[in-house]
Amino acid sequence: MDANVRELSYAQAIQEAMAIAMEADERVFLMGEDIGIYGGAFQVTGDLVHRFGEDRVMDTPISELGGAGVAIGAAVTGMRPIFEFQFSDFATLAMEQIVNQAAKMRYMLGGNVSVPLVMRFPAGSGTGAAAQHSQSLEAWLAHVPGLKVLQPSTPHDAKGMLLAAVADPDPVMIFEHKLLYKMKGPVPEGHYTVPIGKSETRRHGRDLTIVATSIMVHKSLDAAAQLAEEGIDVEVIDLRSLRPMDTPAIIESVKKTSRLLCVYEGVKTLGIGAEISAAIVESEAFDYLDAPVMRLGGAESPLPYNPELEKAAVPQVPDIVAAARKLVCKEA
Amino acid sequence: MTQPTTDKAAAPARAANLPDVYRRLSTDALREALRKMHLIRRFEESAEESYMRGLIHGTMHLSIGQEASAVGICAPLTDADYITSTHRGHGHCIGKGAEVKKMLAEFFGKEDGYCRGRGGSMHIADVGKGNLGANGIVGGGIPIAVGAALSVKKQGKDSVVVSFFGDGANNEGAFHEALNMASIWKLPVIFVCENNGYGMSTSTKRSTAVPNIADRASAYAMPGVIVDGNNFGAVAAASFEACDRARRGEGPTLIESKTYRIRGHSRSDRNRYRTKEEIEAWQARDPIGIFEKELTELGLITPDEIEKIRAEVEVEIAEGLEFAKASPLPSPSDVTRYVYTN
Ligand SMILES: Cc1ncc(C[n+]2csc(CCOP(=O)(O)OP(=O)(O)O)c2C)c(N)n1
Ligand SMILES: [Mg+2]
Repeated sequence: MDANVRELSYAQAIQEAMAIAMEADERVFLMGEDIGIYGGAFQVTGDLVHRFGEDRVMDTPISELGGAGVAIGAAVTGMRPIFEFQFSDFATLAMEQIVNQAAKMRYMLGGNVSVPLVMRFPAGSGTGAAAQHSQSLEAWLAHVPGLKVLQPSTPHDAKGMLLAAVADPDPVMIFEHKLLYKMKGPVPEGHYTVPIGKSETRRHGRDLTIVATSIMVHKSLDAAAQLAEEGIDVEVIDLRSLRPMDTPAIIESVKKTSRLLCVYEGVKTLGIGAEISAAIVESEAFDYLDAPVMRLGGAESPLPYNPELEKAAVPQVPDIVAAARKLVCKEA
Repeated sequence: MTQPTTDKAAAPARAANLPDVYRRLSTDALREALRKMHLIRRFEESAEESYMRGLIHGTMHLSIGQEASAVGICAPLTDADYITSTHRGHGHCIGKGAEVKKMLAEFFGKEDGYCRGRGGSMHIADVGKGNLGANGIVGGGIPIAVGAALSVKKQGKDSVVVSFFGDGANNEGAFHEALNMASIWKLPVIFVCENNGYGMSTSTKRSTAVPNIADRASAYAMPGVIVDGNNFGAVAAASFEACDRARRGEGPTLIESKTYRIRGHSRSDRNRYRTKEEIEAWQARDPIGIFEKELTELGLITPDEIEKIRAEVEVEIAEGLEFAKASPLPSPSDVTRYVYTN
């Protein structure tokens, strides 16, 4: 490992990115519920309030709609707010400000303003928090032109994408899977960015392309390792950015493997998988397909409380393995 | 049914007992305020006419009858101060110093419009003058104003932020969340509720649990001030006081400007929810007439000078219309331009 690369958790990597951004630029500040002395519901802001003070690590009242609007107003008038939702589910209370105001302000005003706003959304299931604290709503926001929507899957990317988001002149929404917060990985010291809109191929393979997001990248890599033992060689693309989406990379991969499986935690239908599938069907990669495109996504239900039901509601490694086998054997 | 409040300023006044607020505004500034009120009136009348003639599409919300409120509130503001506005925002825009030719070009959907034809009447904005924009969402601009005030405070500036909204907006959650945050953080923001009696067809009596919107202020520990919104001097006085307080770092004020919209809510209004008598009673208290009378009685303007202002405004509107007509249309190939910065 490089001297300046340490093992950090995903949460620590995000915290480090916020600290670097605040050190480098006085305009950057944090807003959110209980992000100060409490350290945030998932301890992502941690002790930053002691380092930067309450003016730059601002606790807000429990006012998601108003708080989001305040962040937007600060962003258009020269500040660089990073707004934390306590749970991504609570973005539903702030949809007005995110969708009608932040996303459209630049356009409605004919390009006369920019909204350099970062919002962070702790998302996903697996914590037993049930239906109102476990959702993956990233596709909702990815549907809105004017927003950029990211889903980093590693500590390295969580830091680099947050720093890219802070430097970006437009509103960037970052969905962080809660089960990833404790995951450790190599993170370089200091400032670096991971480009918005670029996917990363985590595993190269010939037989099948899996396009996965967030925690599903790790499940897909686990599945790929099992499948390798059976002689099935899987390529795993970490999408990382929903809007803009790195469609060219997916097309190139599918032209090579001729098979596509989309794996994501959000509800299966009318979501990310449909978009990726359509991108392939509309492209020259369509002619290369040797099997139907397949999607694995969240169940058509709210997230349940019972741990076994909860597991059943989102794709698991055996589901991915089974789907891959089915896709690859079709041809034989 | 809402009733006009009595016009306290109508009592004969002499230079000797000049209202306090007039001491803070030069004669030129007062004449400029009158000019802006005329400009708003004629701007809206001509926009309405252009709409009837099919030159402007979509819809628009006219503020005819509310000019003293817009111009009075803006009287203490400079270009360094911000406003957020509403769907009924033409008056605020002109009050904050916009050029009517660029507003008309926007209404005509042209490239020379303030928003390059992408916003129209409901999103009219003039960022250079501190107008962060009208809003199609009732209450949408209120938290944004609080955010702008947070910026001002963080940047150590002397600016203030005014958030205009209607009586209807006072029942949106955004209003309550925004007032609370402005108060706990003592931000330099002035909340201006232009209570014109109705949100579309619904009277404040039917929509709002308290008799005055200003009563809401006590829930957020800020002053709640009621003013006669058809009286420029009364509105300006309240605005000066609230701005002074904000600039002293003492936090926000809620001003309720009681006024009336003479026209319907928008182009589709059939006026079924109010009486002709009510409209006429308010028309008799025309804010422009009241202000002209007051300035004349105080010896600050002559009838000739008023005529001159009217004539100048006519020319400005006529030239604005020509400018708007001549301006190029956006190219359809540019439909996705300005979504992102790069
Ligand atoms: C959130 C939202 N709800 C409803 C509407 C539709 N609408 C537009 S203006 C309006 C009335 C607003 O009343 P008020 O705030 O009193 O402003 P006024 O029109 O009287 O100036 C309504 C219901 C909207 N634009 N936004
Ligand atoms: Mg109203």
